[in-house]
Amino acid sequence: MSKELLKGNIAIAEAAVRAGCEAYFGYPITPQTELLEHMSSRMLELGRVFLQSESEVAAINMVYGAASAGARAMTSSSSPGISLMQEGLSYIVGSEVPAVIVDVVRGGPGLGNIQPSQGDYNQLVKSAGHGDYHPIVLAPANIQEAIDLTVLAFDLADVYRTLVFVVADGTLGQMMEPAELPPMRALRPRPEWALTGKGERPQNIISSIYLSADLLEAFNQKLQAKLALIAQREVRYEAYQLEDAEYVVVAFGTVGRIAKTAVQNLRRQGIAVGLFRPITLWPFPEKQLSELADSGRIKAFLVTEMNAGQMLQDVRLAVGRDVPVHFYGRMGGVVPMPEEIETALAELVNGNGRLPKTILEGKNGHPTR
Amino acid sequence: MQTSIIISGFGGQGALFAGQLLAYAGMEHGYHVTWIPSYGPEMRGGTANCTVIISDEPIGAPLVNYPDIAVALNLPSFEKYQPLVKPGGLFVVNSSMVTAVAERQDIDVVYVPANEIAEQQGTVKMTNMATLGALLAKRPILSLEAVQETLRGHLPASKAKLLQANFRVLELGYAAATQPKVAQQSSI
Repeated sequence: MSKELLKGNIAIAEAAVRAGCEAYFGYPITPQTELLEHMSSRMLELGRVFLQSESEVAAINMVYGAASAGARAMTSSSSPGISLMQEGLSYIVGSEVPAVIVDVVRGGPGLGNIQPSQGDYNQLVKSAGHGDYHPIVLAPANIQEAIDLTVLAFDLADVYRTLVFVVADGTLGQMMEPAELPPMRALRPRPEWALTGKGERPQNIISSIYLSADLLEAFNQKLQAKLALIAQREVRYEAYQLEDAEYVVVAFGTVGRIAKTAVQNLRRQGIAVGLFRPITLWPFPEKQLSELADSGRIKAFLVTEMNAGQMLQDVRLAVGRDVPVHFYGRMGGVVPMPEEIETALAELVNGNGRLPKTILEGKNGHPTR
Repeated sequence: MQTSIIISGFGGQGALFAGQLLAYAGMEHGYHVTWIPSYGPEMRGGTANCTVIISDEPIGAPLVNYPDIAVALNLPSFEKYQPLVKPGGLFVVNSSMVTAVAERQDIDVVYVPANEIAEQQGTVKMTNMATLGALLAKRPILSLEAVQETLRGHLPASKAKLLQANFRVLELGYAAATQPKVAQQSSI
């Protein structure tokens, strides 16, 4: 295998195919439509299922059905489309069937625009459907990672029989970068819990309904135990130049790679900055950030996101009160440039851990594109 | 060493493909590369642009405000990117579509009659290759031959009969950028 120049959306689609996705259901929406388009030809070529549904509500329920029947199933969409899926997402978790959802986030609220955003952090991490749970949320920062995490998403979904999101944004979906696709895997056999026709075996039931409060509480306890196990085992993050860092920028996905450029530029000036990039947004690398804050070396954290500060809350919870946590964000589809993050970090260093008001208001003189 | 390039023009002028060609050629010669298009509503009837980064180190941000090199295939792109090219950078201008002259004194500006060059070789659709040739003459981030080899591998089958013509357009663009007349014009 060698590297190819791949567009994010298509790389994710082909990675899903090679991970053994047997059934894709979806409805087109920018900026992820190339993903669906690739599936529309590729799945049929392989004799697998591709279906363009009449809506996102239909798509997620088709995923629920196919997954219940034991197929590796997925859908993909962008922010408002994911909002439409909320009920189905919760049913999937409540029924303990595996499913993979790709969200290529766009600017919101409402129809918003089709430019890159990270405004779905809360929607995915905190409120992907009703009830007490978190889905696993994987946030790649480059095309190779998008491929690898898509494959991992199917495996984690199977292992824990739960919902796994791969979250990207328009930048990652639309850009091309050299990356290597994995070899084609054989389709996995139908799991023994799946609805495959009773035959001689005991009956399998896939449902999220427990009319008795006692039974539903027992199910919830089991679900919480499973989530605790995931939180313990599946945390992933990138630590970049943190060994001697005094200032740490915390950023995920596209902003994570942009912040890395800012860190590199400041390092060249001899400033001790580093990058902490959560790869799993849930489970959040809370313990690792907390330990970093407790090291006594860090003077301040700068959280930077393409939203009003959603992951910021999780960073604050992890860091506690001893080290200041600042925020620099852009919204509405504006992608921050490295210079902006660099300026905010440099100001933080000059202010000995404090940010001037102009930076907090985004008035640092950089044009938007 | 990292070079950032923005190529911009009307939809159909080949800005996105010229950028992809650079990215492919960079990748095939062992560099880290990224390519990212504009994909917003501006594509419909307005200008389309892409940003290419070629680097010998892993690439962080795939977007830049201030490119090392900008290629303007039309007037709106000329107006948009003239102020943004980094000091000391290169600005390649399609003089068939842009009669204005750049005011900046702190950048290299090269004017290429790209439409005429392309038309003389068969079709105006090769405009992008004339400007790309000029870019390579002024900033040899990759050799002309390397880009030609890459083009051989990536020109869609439907355009295969135009391969040699594309090679000639690349060479003529390259030559246009190295002629003394052009150098004079850029120093106005």
